[in-house]
This record gives sequence, C-alpha cells and structure tokens, in this order.
Amino acid sequence: MKIAVCVKHVPEGAGRIDPGTKRLDRAGEGALNHFDANAVEEALRLKGDGDAEVVVVSVGPERAADSLRKTLAMGADRAVLVTDEAAAGSDLVATSLVLAKTLERESAELVLFGQQASDADGAVLWAAVAERLRRPVVSQAAQLSLEGETLRVKRQTEHGYDVIEAPLPAVVAVSDAINEPRYPSLKGIMGAKKKPFETLSLAEIGVDASHAGDAGSKTEVLSLSEPPSRGDARRIEGDGNAAQAIVDFLAEKRLV
Amino acid sequence: MSRPSNFPPPFAAGEFVAEPTDPVDERIEVGVLIVGAGPAGLACAIRLGQLLEEHPDVAERLGDVPVALVEKGKQPGSHLVSGAVVNPRALRRLFGNRYRLEDIPSYGPVHGEAVYVLSKRTALRIPPPPTMRNHGNWIFSLSQLGRWLAERAEEDGAMILPETSAEKLLVSHGRVVGVRTGDKGQNRDGGPMGNYEPGADLVAKVTVLAEGTQGHLTGVALDRFGLTADEPQVWELAVKEVWRVPKALRGIIHTMGWPLRTRARYREFGGSFIYPLGDDMLTIGMVVGLDYRDVELSAHDLLQELKTHPKIRKLLAGGERIGWGAKTIPSGGWYSLPKQLHAPGLLLCGDGIGMVNIPRLKGVHYAIESGRLAAESAFASLRRGATPATALASYDEAVAQSFITRDLREVRDMRQVFGRGFFVGGALASAMTVSKGRLDLGKMRAEPDAEQPLLRSDRAASYPGPDGTLTFDKLSSVFLSGNKTRDDQPNHIRIERKVTKDVAELWVNMCPAHVYEIGTEGGDGTVTVNVAPSNCVQCGAITAKGGRLTPPEGGSGPEYTLT
Amino acid sequence: MKALVFVEHHGDELEKGSLGVLAKAAALAEGGDVAAVLVGGGVRSLATEAGSYGAATVHVAEDDSLEPPLPQPRVDVLARVVQDGGYDTVLFANSVLAADVASGLAARLEAGLNWDLVDVESREGSLVGKRPALQDSVLVEVGWRTTPQLALFRAGSFDAAPTGGGEPQVEDAAIELSEHSTGARIVGQEEEAASGPSIEDADVIVAGGRGLGAPENFTLAEELARALGGAVGATRAVVDAGWYPYSAQIGQTGKIVSPKLYVALGISGAIQHKVGMQSSNVIVAINKDPNAPIFEFSDLGVVGDVHEIVPKLTELVNSRKSA
Repeated sequence: MKIAVCVKHVPEGAGRIDPGTKRLDRAGEGALNHFDANAVEEALRLKGDGDAEVVVVSVGPERAADSLRKTLAMGADRAVLVTDEAAAGSDLVATSLVLAKTLERESAELVLFGQQASDADGAVLWAAVAERLRRPVVSQAAQLSLEGETLRVKRQTEHGYDVIEAPLPAVVAVSDAINEPRYPSLKGIMGAKKKPFETLSLAEIGVDASHAGDAGSKTEVLSLSEPPSRGDARRIEGDGNAAQAIVDFLAEKRLV
Repeated sequence: MSRPSNFPPPFAAGEFVAEPTDPVDERIEVGVLIVGAGPAGLACAIRLGQLLEEHPDVAERLGDVPVALVEKGKQPGSHLVSGAVVNPRALRRLFGNRYRLEDIPSYGPVHGEAVYVLSKRTALRIPPPPTMRNHGNWIFSLSQLGRWLAERAEEDGAMILPETSAEKLLVSHGRVVGVRTGDKGQNRDGGPMGNYEPGADLVAKVTVLAEGTQGHLTGVALDRFGLTADEPQVWELAVKEVWRVPKALRGIIHTMGWPLRTRARYREFGGSFIYPLGDDMLTIGMVVGLDYRDVELSAHDLLQELKTHPKIRKLLAGGERIGWGAKTIPSGGWYSLPKQLHAPGLLLCGDGIGMVNIPRLKGVHYAIESGRLAAESAFASLRRGATPATALASYDEAVAQSFITRDLREVRDMRQVFGRGFFVGGALASAMTVSKGRLDLGKMRAEPDAEQPLLRSDRAASYPGPDGTLTFDKLSSVFLSGNKTRDDQPNHIRIERKVTKDVAELWVNMCPAHVYEIGTEGGDGTVTVNVAPSNCVQCGAITAKGGRLTPPEGGSGPEYTLT
Repeated sequence: MKALVFVEHHGDELEKGSLGVLAKAAALAEGGDVAAVLVGGGVRSLATEAGSYGAATVHVAEDDSLEPPLPQPRVDVLARVVQDGGYDTVLFANSVLAADVASGLAARLEAGLNWDLVDVESREGSLVGKRPALQDSVLVEVGWRTTPQLALFRAGSFDAAPTGGGEPQVEDAAIELSEHSTGARIVGQEEEAASGPSIEDADVIVAGGRGLGAPENFTLAEELARALGGAVGATRAVVDAGWYPYSAQIGQTGKIVSPKLYVALGISGAIQHKVGMQSSNVIVAINKDPNAPIFEFSDLGVVGDVHEIVPKLTELVNSRKSA
C-alpha cells in the first residue's frame, strides 16, 4: 500500500509580504507547516510496522527540501519535490493541478493533507486535488482507521462529529486534533539523508508552464494595505455603571 | 543583606556525567562530535572537512558520519547573538583562498568609530583608546554568519543535527566518549507525553565542546576533570536590539557612563555599543557586568533608558525595532581560562571556556581560531599511529602559541587596575581627565558574581515605561526573539525557589525575558520564586547570579535571525 | 454580475452565515437578481425563507441521498447550476462543508477561488475581495481574472437581513452525481453535547487572566460565558499557574481564535496573548490597570474591578435573555 502525504514548506516566524511581488516573502527561513506534521504522523501510524510506503510530496522552492527531510527523519520512506520557477505564485487552481499531476505519478491509495497552511491560512487545497484525481475526499479527520479497503473517518464539524466511510483510493485532510506528531529520533535524522529524494520540474510531471504559477492562476493579489484600525476605542472608568454600559455597548453591536 | 550564593541551586555536575547506557548496536557512532553550531563549532567542522578531504584514508576510518555537530537551537544561528564587530583574521585563516571576506555575508568593514561618555543629556566624545581601535574589523550579524558557516560546514561533509541538546557527558574509563542527547516530549513534571522520544547515546572518537557562554557540558567537564581555573569566571549580560532606521549610521559607536552609575559601591561596569548594519539597519546593545549589586538593576531596562538619550533617540527616530536578543559574555579573561583545555577524548573551545577579550569586546575570532585549532588536534589524534593523548594535548600547545593567548595575556592585568569595562589604559585616563577625576571604579573583582552583596537604591525609578515605539517591555521583546517554546515543557532552570525578597527581586529584574516572578510570601522573610521557563532565551545570566541554566528540550528558545 | 449563493442549512434552519452572504450578494447586485442554491433532504420548504433573505431565484436540489452534508455531490449540483444558469459569481460562507464544496467546484470549473474573505466590493465593474493575512497584520485585496468567480467568506463576515422580498422563483436543479462523488458515506452522526461550544468554534469567548486574582474566580468567567452562550478561555499565565487547563489557553503557544466577541477579564494583553485573539470582531476588556496594553487594541476598555463588574454584567445579560 502507498500513502502519499502533501506537505508545504512555509516561512517561519512573522511572515513578510514582499511589496514588489505582493507575494509572501519566502526568502527567509522556513519550516514544515506544522499542520502537515499531523498528516505525516497519521501516515506513519497507519504504516506502523507494516510495509506500506509513505511518500511525502511538496511543491515549492528548492529550500523546501529541508521540510521534506524532516518528514523523512520522522520516518517517511521517500520524498518528492516539484520545484520550478514557473510554479511560483500558483493559486488554488494551479497548485491543485501541479499536485494532482504529481500524485497521479505516485498512484497512492491514500492521499493525506494537513488541516491548513499556516502561511496562506488556506484550508481548501485537498478538495480541489481530490476533484482532479476524481476521488472521494473527507476533511477535518479527527480519527482515521483503515479496514481492508475501506477508510473510516471521524470528521469534526461545527455541529459535532460525522462518521464517514469511503473506499480507497481516497483523499483525507486531517485535523490537528488527530494526533501529536512524533519528534524525529536522532537515528531518524541521520538516516534521512540516505532515503530517496526526487526533485522534479513541471515538465517532468507533465504540466505546461502556462498552467502553473502566475500564468496558470485565475486569481491575483491586487494590493496590500494596513488593516482598518479598530476605530475609536471607547473607555469606561470606574465600577459604578460599568456593567450597564457594557451591556449597552454589546446591544449596540447586536451581540446580546 | 543576603546574596544569591546563600541559596545554591539544586544542581550537581555529577548528575550530567554518565556511562553510555544504550545497547551498543543502538548507539549512534560518529567520528568527531562537536557540541554547538556557533562560530567555534562550525569553524572546527569546516577545518575538519578540509583536512579529511586532503586525507581520505583518515576519513574512511571515521565511518558514515565523520563529523557531526549537535545544536540545541532550531537551526544554526537561532541562539547566536553578538554585536558584532569581528576581527577578520580568524576567518581568513580558516578559509584561505577558498572564500574572501567579501564572499561572507557581512555589513562591511568598520568606517570610523566614536567613543562617548554619556550623561543623561550630554554626550562627550573622547578619543578611542588603543584597545578600542576597530579599523580593519568587519561588522557581522553573528546569527547570519552562523547560518552561512553552517552551509559551508555541510558542504564540507559535516552533518548538523539541530534541535538536539547535549544533556550528559558520556565518560567511560575516565575518557570522554561522546554525549547523551536530551529527551523530547516530556510534560511539565518530566513525565512522558504521547510523542515522548528518549535521547540517544552519541559516541565519538573525539568530542569538541563549543557550546558558547555558560556551556552546559563545558561546566560539567571542567568539574569532572578538575580543570576549573583558580580565578572564578565572571560574566557580563548583554541585551541588544536591531532597528530598521531611515538614516544610515556611518561609523560604530561605543559609550560608557550613563545610564550606568559610576560610583564604586554599585559596581556597574559596562557600556553600550551601536553598530550600523548596512544602510538601513543598526544594532544597539547594553552590556553590564553581572557583579552589579542593586537588586533593581535590569539590563533590558537600562537599554530602554539608554535609548531615551537625546543623541541616541535621534539615531533611532523614524525607525522600527525588528530584533531583540540577550546573552551573557564571559569576562574573566586570561585568569579564568581553564587549567587545561583538553581532557581524554575532549577538547574545549571558545566562549564556553572564556576566550573573550572584554577590554576590546572581542571573542568571535578567538572562537573561530580555537575551533580551527581544535580540528587540527582532533585530526592529528585520528591519524594512524597517533597517540590520542599527545595529539589532544597539542591543542593546548597550539592555543598557547596563537594570537588567542597573546591577546588575552596582553589585557590580563587591565582588569586589575580598572575592574572590568570597555575602557582601559588611555581611555580611562582621558575619561578621568575630562570628568575631573570623579570617576572612581573601585577594586578588581575577585568574587564570583553570585557572591556580591545586594543593595537597594530605587534604581528602577529611572527606567522608562514601554511606549511601544522607542521603549519596549520584556514580554514583547521575548516575542520578537522568535521564542515560541511550548509551555508544558519541564523546567530547565535550576534555582532554589525559596529565597529572600532581595534575591528574588534581583532575579526578577536581572532576567531580560521575564522568566522569574515573585510568588507567595513565606512569612519568614522568604518568598517563593515562580519560573516561566518557556520565556527563557537561554542567556545564562541566572547561572552567574545564583542559579543554574541547563539545556531545555532541543529546538526551544529564541529563533534569532538578525542578531 | 449574475450571482449564486450556496446556502447551507442545519436541520430545518438556514445557516445565519450563508444568509449573511446572501444579503451581501443582494447588496452587491444593486437591484439585480441574486440566486441561492439549496441542496439536501427536505430543503424545498426552506426556499421561501431564502427568498425572504434576498434570493430572487432558489435552485433546489432535493433528494434523500443528498441529505448527508457531504461536499462532493454538492460540487456536481453546483457545477450544473452554474453552467446551466450562466452564473459568473458564486459565493460561500465558510464552514467545513462549504470550504470543500468551494474548492472542489474551483477545480471542476477551473475557476478562481479567493477564500478567507471578510468583504467584497464592486470596483469599476470588477469584483474586488478583501482578506486579512499574516495573522491579520495585513489587508490584502484580491481579484479574479476569469469567470466564474468563486468567493469564500470568513464565518460571520456579514449580518443576515430579511429583505421582505416575496416568494422566490423555485427551480429544480439537475442532480447528476459523478462516480467519485458518491464514494463517501455518512454512517453515523453525533451532535456536540450542550456543554457549550469549543473554543475554536465559539462565537463568544470570555477569557480570564491573572487579574481574576485566584483560580476560584474563574467562575466569574464561566458564568458570563454561559450567559453569553460562549466558551471560556485562559491566558498562559493562569494556565501555567494551574488555574485552568491548557486546552483553554489562547495565545501564541495556545489556540488562535477569532470569535465575534472576546471579553478579556483581568488580562494585561501581552503580545503572546494578543496574537491569539487580535482578530476577534469585538474586544471588550476589563482590567484594573489603566495602562494595560490590552486597552490599546480593544473596542471597549473598562478600567475597573472584575469582581465588582462581572457578576452584575452576567446578571444583566441573563435578564435581557429572559426578557
């Protein structure tokens, strides 16, 4: 069995948007998107001591290799990085296409995603990828188990839990509540260097440059600005009428 | 008045020395193990890489991983903070023709310098003393330099293991055989969490400790092998910020005087530095000797106070604070260097053993040079037919012949006459003339910092409150250091928790990261000190002033990039 | 602009978030027509209500097989509605379900999707979306290069507003499901116990800090939270001190939340806490210290004693509720 995990290398710390390109400045230090660590961990748990292959896939700059090596250090078997100038600045449509093509090459029975990307605060990628792969998708998985060829997922929603079954091959996005990612052991870190690591260009996965990157994107960033300030902050002093004043304020804002 | 040394921390070096305990086939074997990916450790790794390339026969016998570095920070550079104006000689020696200074990321050579004696509103320029001439030196961000050196070390074949702390020194039959790395995934009580990962025995033929100031295993090793100097080590605490500024600063600046108080009884030695970082940034830092006595002294707040000086305020006008960091600097100099710089299977480098020239405020190039020399001795000990003991002893000899020894010896007595401080000899003389002899610096320090008696003088009255533009509080500074340590980690700071109010307040004010807080009063004149270990930026001040810092879980602490 | 809004329902109630987006779409259309699409088990009966919140046309895809709230069948339905109806703009209010529908639809139609939007406007004939980025420290304006334009709005971005509109035109939507859309099946469901919302989902959070004085005083926060129908949060300092569990910790090393209302009791507002809640819609802070940093980023700052103010506040809120 093969499990593919899609991960992203995201800027570390306080991100900065490059005013020139209006894109996230990815030149600084980066790290594995911590939500993706849950997905890698889940794949490794499903693998257990068995002989399933866990392959980690990413689309990003060359530097993203650091994050991929961390997943290899955690225990993944193989890493694939699609890195190509032409893929930079891809929106959802373009990114999902590049990822889908890469995943088609792998033909994994199960594709896992993390809950969201900490840089774009995006929680949408997997459904688009699943659509392109024409596979069932389940998101917000708080619990995941495999019974033969059937996936059983406990999905967390605003209202409670759904228990969903889906046949393999399938795509699942795990929530950060699903597990606590393991720390790579020292042996793992050292062994990571020897594990297979493939670097591919867009051409090698069969995607035309015009369908990726900015060229292939259907949305764009127009401008950046300071967020609107909170407006006039109001101040009340003293205990006397404070409670009533607060209620009046809340009522005005239609919060009570 | 109490003193911190009345309340020794629950710490015994012996706790951190052990035999390897993992089954033999589970121990991780490397050729040379370097603890610390700072300038010393990386220079050692780079030099070893060069030597092993020239001598593949030796490399072969070192196994799969000839050179490994463990680094407790998130990545090399995460725990590096310094000024820094660096003497380039050690870098030139390390790289020879391979890289020129211009190839190394820096902020260029020093273009002029000024020294000022400050009072609250004035700045009196004095001629830079001989020890403060920085012509020919280059300005670096040490964190950035660390990242660059790490890339070179990896290119040369070294394996860097970040987020890995070296917790115990592995000693077998009286010989250092490696380190045991720290556990991960423990909760506040030290119990295992779901993702608990025990440390591992990392064994090596030679172990090089390059841990920097307050090096944990360095301290343990000095104790274990009886190498501690007779003269106690003492430290300064430096807190600095990096600012983006609209107007470039041309040359480097050092100041003395205000806001430090010059009267001898306060023992407030130190000064500040302001260095340009290219055309649109500068770094400003405050350095204070930890032998100070006032319980309310706070280096962080002194830095904030410093910035309110009219001359300095002007330099920062229209600017934005973009970085902050804090770290101790060993300042005992020559007399506090260990009796021997090696032990069986072990070599000691850099700030960890106090290779710092405080009168010149230089240490980075000594660290690099000592790392380079350690590499050569380590290599010599690995050659066929070598006698390891003799080969490692050659390191002491090499250091004795190097500019490290020459420089540290040269300034060894300046401390005698003037205590510590940046300015010695002519500088003090000119300052004394200018101030009409009112400067009185008192006697040389011979006691450990923690033995200084404490006093109170309402010192905090002059600290400016945080305004969020020029001056800042500690917590927002910790945030700016990139520290996102998880809160439920075990407490890595060893202190006696029931102490007098004076000692408690001393620690609360001393710590730049707001780790300590005063808890309940004991009624018997004692209070309980509460510790928030996740704030800790591992500066090491607590070790100087009565407690003991041990390494937390690997990967914790600050994530410096600009410092 | 020919707009279609994906209106969600739970049980037999239309979701307020979707209705808010519907109201916004109606406002954008400036008199033009806005359509809604309802997909589910017995949804036809909800069409009238959708009409009264701004939909001139309601496409209804009603079938028992569509009752489970799964995204992929909805992608099939919406794709047909969009293509058959010639809609150039499709709007969604964020939810676990809606996010997957929007994303799947974007891939199906090769259409641009902008998400996490807090507002949208029409500028010179083009649609411009606004979204915060980098922990709400920057506001980004985004656009679409092609049609259809898909927009996913942050929960609670707009208020629902009944327009008094008449009966909408109801049209049956074609239901033709792809093979892969029918793979997933819901085999069980569990509604969340009525112990109150989780911190992540709560519309209201009442958080306590050291200013509460003692662990027992967290009952002040709990009672106010109950009165407001919200969840209880805590600062790192009090969690460290053992006053409240780590699962309630809000901040840099705890949870990041953005509820409609955040009430901070005895919280100073250190940046480590601020980054966990600064994007809350409305922030009310009560603190004894007039210089507490939290007052710099609250909408209403109350300098006073939480022990005096909060019980009264809770009482007033409760009596409003029962009135």
